[in-house]
Amino acid sequence: MSERKATVASSSGLHARPASLFAAAAGETGVEVTIAMDGAPIDDAMDASSILSLMTLGAEHGSVVVLRAEGDGADAALDSLVQMLETDLDAL
Amino acid sequence: MQSFPGVGVSPGRIVGTIRQMPKPLAEPPAGEKLASGTSAADAAAALTVAAKAVQAQLRDRAAVAGPDAKAVLEATALMATDPMLIKASVKLINTGTSAERAVWEAAEAVVTMLVNLGGYMAERAADVLDVRARIVAALRGIPAPGIPASEAPFILVAHDLAPADTATLDPAKVIALVTAGGGPQSHTAIIARSLGLPAVVAAAGVDTLADGTEVYVDGTAGTIATDPGDTERSAAAAWAANASFLTVFDGQGTTADGHLVPLLANVGGAKDAVKAAAAGAQGVGLLRTEFCFLERETEPSIEEQVQAYRGVFDAFPGKKVVVRTLDAGADKPLPFLTDADEPNPALGVRGYRTDISTPGVLERQLAAIAEAAQGTTAQVWVMAPMISTADEAARFASLCAAAGLKTPGVMVEVPSAAVTAESILGQVEFASLGTNDLTQYTMAADRQLGPLAALNNPWQPAVLQLVRLTVAGSIAERSGKPVGVCGEAAADPALAVVLVGLGVSTLSMTARSLAAVGAVLATVTLKEAQEIATLALHAANPTEARDRARKKLPILAELGL
Repeated sequence: MSERKATVASSSGLHARPASLFAAAAGETGVEVTIAMDGAPIDDAMDASSILSLMTLGAEHGSVVVLRAEGDGADAALDSLVQMLETDLDAL
Repeated sequence: MQSFPGVGVSPGRIVGTIRQMPKPLAEPPAGEKLASGTSAADAAAALTVAAKAVQAQLRDRAAVAGPDAKAVLEATALMATDPMLIKASVKLINTGTSAERAVWEAAEAVVTMLVNLGGYMAERAADVLDVRARIVAALRGIPAPGIPASEAPFILVAHDLAPADTATLDPAKVIALVTAGGGPQSHTAIIARSLGLPAVVAAAGVDTLADGTEVYVDGTAGTIATDPGDTERSAAAAWAANASFLTVFDGQGTTADGHLVPLLANVGGAKDAVKAAAAGAQGVGLLRTEFCFLERETEPSIEEQVQAYRGVFDAFPGKKVVVRTLDAGADKPLPFLTDADEPNPALGVRGYRTDISTPGVLERQLAAIAEAAQGTTAQVWVMAPMISTADEAARFASLCAAAGLKTPGVMVEVPSAAVTAESILGQVEFASLGTNDLTQYTMAADRQLGPLAALNNPWQPAVLQLVRLTVAGSIAERSGKPVGVCGEAAADPALAVVLVGLGVSTLSMTARSLAAVGAVLATVTLKEAQEIATLALHAANPTEARDRARKKLPILAELGL
């Protein structure tokens, strides 16, 4: 199991447009990626490719989240997703 | 020939085929099971196909939508195949629930979660409900709710249209609007006028017509007829020929004897303002500032506001621009100002009253207006919506003065403001009659309700009396403070003449109507307008008032208005 922490950089948090962009990107990695707030139990981790899950996660600007994935390509997928979270997607 | 009488709300005569707006979707019954012979795997596969089809439809719509709608539609498209939604649905299907009911319940759970989160998330709940309805429609093989997609132009027939429907209405495809419900001041009516589409509302029975039926729509007379013949076709052709003439306004509103009545435009932002200026508007009589920020969750910053307002001021150098401060509430909620749970929002904390519940927003808006006015040559006037008392007017004037804004005014929409116009005008520099709300409050009739269409009519003699009283208040106040009209009534050429006859000094309307109102006004002298106003004022009912005025204005029939 690979794991990365990332700080949400988008000014509106992980809602609206940033959430759709991130969910779409997570879906395209071909790897099952989960997302949870930092410190939350691993059982509460949610599917990162689900825009509805992301919306109910409640990650705001500056929140730290944990991404997890397993198997082939997990590290590359997580690296690209972390980079995305740490970009202000509202400013694009 | 079958005929359906209704209320004409936007002029024009047209022959075309109709498309019915699909009825709202019926809920799949609770406890609905998989049909016999359908396995859970089949149902889950059907759900996936339906979800993907809905996603594709929404992506197609996103591809052709404007930038704001595009972002929303793209997010909604993602929700259609959302893994959490699909997994939860499949789990229910595996317990024997039908696919339709499963996705219904799974989406319900998501909606509850979003609503509990409140704010922005609660508003996205509507998107989840939209996706759910589309998936269930796809599973049932029936048309998705919403405005039908069609290659060929059509006449849209609906029970009534909501603001959200009108936002997705493509004026290149929809050539006229007909509703079985709705009133003369409903959203259907307002959108039809702003798009220049012929429209008839409250035409009971039209929702039974089959898709593809050819009909004749007369938006002036307020009728719809099936099996149009030569008479109807030539009337439609004559309208088409006149319509091009009625799009040109020479930029000088005047009666036949040279009494000047500036014709101004109602706008919702810089884009509208540029169009209105091109259409010859002599200024802006109503800048609806809330339309710059309707999709917003949070209060716009002062800088954003300055930019939005300056775009409008720049379109009218040297001309008057009347800015209405945020008019949130009732049918135009703004999450940062209004409480969605009021039992009676039209009588609730809306318009100027939001300054009680959310102080500060108004002062910041006035500061932004003052800053935007710096460096432009537009004459910036500012008015507050929903003023009821002279004390409120005085307080608004002092807030304007503190912000450095020199011309404060009020909207007259609440009957108490019309009745006490003299003391209210003692506190501010001008008044502007908002006839839509003034009619709704005078007649105690909800603007959106079809069954109350007859009451909710600005030709009601009681409404005309309140216009007269407001002008009388200005005369009694003795400093000649102007009383204008910025409601939909000003866009009706016959009513516009009556308003001028009652002593209204400016008329502000959707830019589309400027040419028609200008053309009709130019055929009467001020004295004739006053006589027509007197006839209308003393009519027994709105139909008689309108008929009396129209009889004195033969130009209306000549132009097909």
